[in-house]
Amino acid sequence: MFDNFPLWPTAASSHAVTEDWVYIFLVVLSAVMSLLIFLTIVVFGMKYRRRHGREAQQIEGSTILEVAWTVAPLGVFLGIFAWGAVLYFDERTPPAGAAEIYVVGKQWMWKLQHMEGVREINQLHIPVDRDIKLIMTSQDVIHSFFIPEFRVKQDVLPGRYTTLWFHATKPGIYHLFCAQFCGTQHSGMIGEVVVMNASEYQAWLTGGAPVGSLAQDGQTMFLQLGCQTCHRFDVQGRGPNLVGIFGKPVQLEDGRVVTADENYIRQHILTPGRTIVSGFRNIMPSWQGQITEEQLNSLVAYIKSLNPPPAGAAGVPNP
Amino acid sequence: MATTAVSAESKNYLNAEYGIRSWLLTTDHKRIAILYLISITLMFFIGGYFALLIRLELLTPAGDLLTADMYNKAFSMHGQIMVFFFLVPSIPAVLGNFLIPMMVGAKDLAFPRINLLSWYVYIGGAAMYIWCVITGGVDTGWTFYTPYSSLFSNTHVVEACLAIFFAGFSSILTGLNFVVTVHRMRAPGMTWTRLPLFVWSHYATSIVMLLGTPVIAITLVLVILERTLNLGIFDPSRGGDPVLFQHLFWFYSHPAVYIMILPSMGVISEIVPCFSRKRVFGYTFVAMASIAIAVIGFLVWAHHMFVAGISLYSALVFSFLSYLVAVPSAIKVFNWTATMYKGSVSFSTPMLYAMGFIGLFTMGGLTGLFLACLGVDVHVHDTYFVIAHFHYIMVGGAVLGYLGGIHLWWPKISGRLYPEAWGRLAAIIVFIGFNLTFFPQFILGYLGMPRRYWDYSHMPEWQALNVLSTAGASILAVGYLLPLAYLLWSLRYGKIAGDNPWMATGLEWKTSSPPPTFNFEQTPEVTWEAYEYEKMPLPEEVTLER
Ligand code: HEC
Ligand SMILES: [Cu+2]
Ligand SMILES: [Cu+2]
Repeated sequence: MFDNFPLWPTAASSHAVTEDWVYIFLVVLSAVMSLLIFLTIVVFGMKYRRRHGREAQQIEGSTILEVAWTVAPLGVFLGIFAWGAVLYFDERTPPAGAAEIYVVGKQWMWKLQHMEGVREINQLHIPVDRDIKLIMTSQDVIHSFFIPEFRVKQDVLPGRYTTLWFHATKPGIYHLFCAQFCGTQHSGMIGEVVVMNASEYQAWLTGGAPVGSLAQDGQTMFLQLGCQTCHRFDVQGRGPNLVGIFGKPVQLEDGRVVTADENYIRQHILTPGRTIVSGFRNIMPSWQGQITEEQLNSLVAYIKSLNPPPAGAAGVPNP
Repeated sequence: MATTAVSAESKNYLNAEYGIRSWLLTTDHKRIAILYLISITLMFFIGGYFALLIRLELLTPAGDLLTADMYNKAFSMHGQIMVFFFLVPSIPAVLGNFLIPMMVGAKDLAFPRINLLSWYVYIGGAAMYIWCVITGGVDTGWTFYTPYSSLFSNTHVVEACLAIFFAGFSSILTGLNFVVTVHRMRAPGMTWTRLPLFVWSHYATSIVMLLGTPVIAITLVLVILERTLNLGIFDPSRGGDPVLFQHLFWFYSHPAVYIMILPSMGVISEIVPCFSRKRVFGYTFVAMASIAIAVIGFLVWAHHMFVAGISLYSALVFSFLSYLVAVPSAIKVFNWTATMYKGSVSFSTPMLYAMGFIGLFTMGGLTGLFLACLGVDVHVHDTYFVIAHFHYIMVGGAVLGYLGGIHLWWPKISGRLYPEAWGRLAAIIVFIGFNLTFFPQFILGYLGMPRRYWDYSHMPEWQALNVLSTAGASILAVGYLLPLAYLLWSLRYGKIAGDNPWMATGLEWKTSSPPPTFNFEQTPEVTWEAYEYEKMPLPEEVTLER
């Protein structure tokens, strides 16, 4: 019967289990409080129903009660706040070494690029028991990447990266929805997340036509677009040497110091004039509108790959 | 009663003048309230029609009744009409307009002509909106998120924004009028602490209207400019920021929730003492809670954006403040409930609505705790859980309060009693229909059903709950149509009400029903506090037959 009348979604990620506990707590709290209020109203209504010969007893109020029912809810609320905040902190901080997958949302499909070079549409294959980090952007409007069974969701914005991470705990096929209204076929912007055992996942990865990795694609782009004319790896060219810059602080010409994360690199390729590296001239051309989001992702992946390899590229178990 | 025959014949605001001109050029706040009543009722039923389309479409998983575009327009126009053309003006522009001058003992609002202007501006907006609907409608959701609304939608976004811009101005004018009236027009002896709580809550509402509405107005103008002149403010490919729109939008639209609920709370604060024959419990706390809500309400807007890409730390701050703003609402609920304690309670129609309000508003508030909770919001944001939550506040709260208020003051407005038995029946139908419509949506939301989905054929398991919801909506529709029918009927056939059928305190009940054009024969002098029910006799039990 519960196939047609489900009351609870499957919990298939580490986050889902902890989130469910907060939810259960809130459901119990709400049920108790609503019942309390409902019952009190009904009981007062019955008990003090208007009768002949009995008059209402005037009571102006009670400061003690007022203080009590201000402070008590506040205390409970702060508890819930803290619990939810811890959960959110965890949900928003991808662990080091998570395997990365790039996501591009567009009206009305999800495009996914694995580091190994495999690409998918509206389907995301991932191994079970691995930390997975999605680096997401949109090529048109705002979308939102939502996997109810993992209890995670993150808006996907045009013009910048947002990230989402999770750790699937059960092999299976789960829902993938776009949760932010994005036009006509918004409800068709759905797909599935296929969580597989490590061995099945390996077979799936190598099963398709052989492809170069995402970083290799990026390298090809890098050469095609002529980035190496200024960015050389042997000597200091007209532009900075890009080896090892990812994740490091960058001193900018205007005095700011920013971290060279994915958003920085992406934005530097599109609008270099907004973040000029200190000691260099503003001569890097803008590639805004000339390369696709997927090509941009491959460039970012390539520049990141110039760093000493991080622990745990996809397919390799976490330390 | 001897007085009834007299007051029926005496001059009052309804029969003071006749003819369409006397209505369209009136500056009498009571007549303007009636103009508003008619206009927002019309808008309510248009918005309700779109709700019906939504619920019918979702009866089956496949998108079969409407096309995708039609469905997207249906929910967009349902939301925009209900929020901007019904809920925001509902209680303030109708009941507030009608009652505030009387409650403070004044002849009219401070600026009667601005009051009329506000209605014309509203009608201008409403007419433009209906024009927008007729020429094809708009599909951006009520939230107008950029860059979809500014660069991608092919529908009549500019017209819709302009129409709402107008509606916003009418509410600014109303708010201005209320603030000045409460400050300057109180009768001798009507000190701040003697004001009815209805006036307090409208005062708080007016402040929100004055400070918040200009922000949404200018934001919608920016969307218009972006569409027409390609400004690029929200366009990332030209250095703009689409998330900026969300900040601006919610800076108004969260406080707007309080524009919709505070007046309703004011109504409840009148009904509960009246039908319990008691002073309101903790007058000062209830009054100050309104002000606290209005102030803190301005500081929580980004709780709508926890997954929109805002920084971790700002999310923490906004979550925290959202819990703070829940406290004054809780205080009010406790005080209303305590007011019934040792009272002399009668389950008349307005009281049924008030009891329904307290229960449903409590549930709406408690489910708000889920959404303010960062970790949980990540899952339920943009799902049916949110839809259910805000309908518990906006319908279970605001609309029930509105209906309760209309029934409470109907004798004053029309001079007639509505049929009590029908009134109670309708209140119960609304309560049942409402819960059946929206409770299943909490479950759907947690299951993960995103809002604004036209087709769920890949998730047929969601159908049973959706069928329940649609069934509830049809019951709810009956509950809305009934009062429309019997209130109209009562205008002609209802019993003559008399000046104070409920034996309520409050200056509005000290004048005749319907009141004379200038409200009072002579300016009242107030020497008593609000809600001195111990000095009031019990009303003649309003009998169950008409
Ligand atoms: C005409 C020379 C030139 C070309 C071609 C060029 N760049 Fe640059 N690039 C620069 C210069 C100069 C800077 C430093 C000044 C600045 O920040 O604009 C720079 C800075 C950068 C940075 C920031 C480095 C840091 O240390 O923070 C990145 C990333 C980058 N370029 C990527 C690229 C990519 C990818 C391409 C090819 C698509 C490219 N560049 C093409 C000249 C160039
Ligand atoms: Cu989408
Ligand atoms: Cu809000």
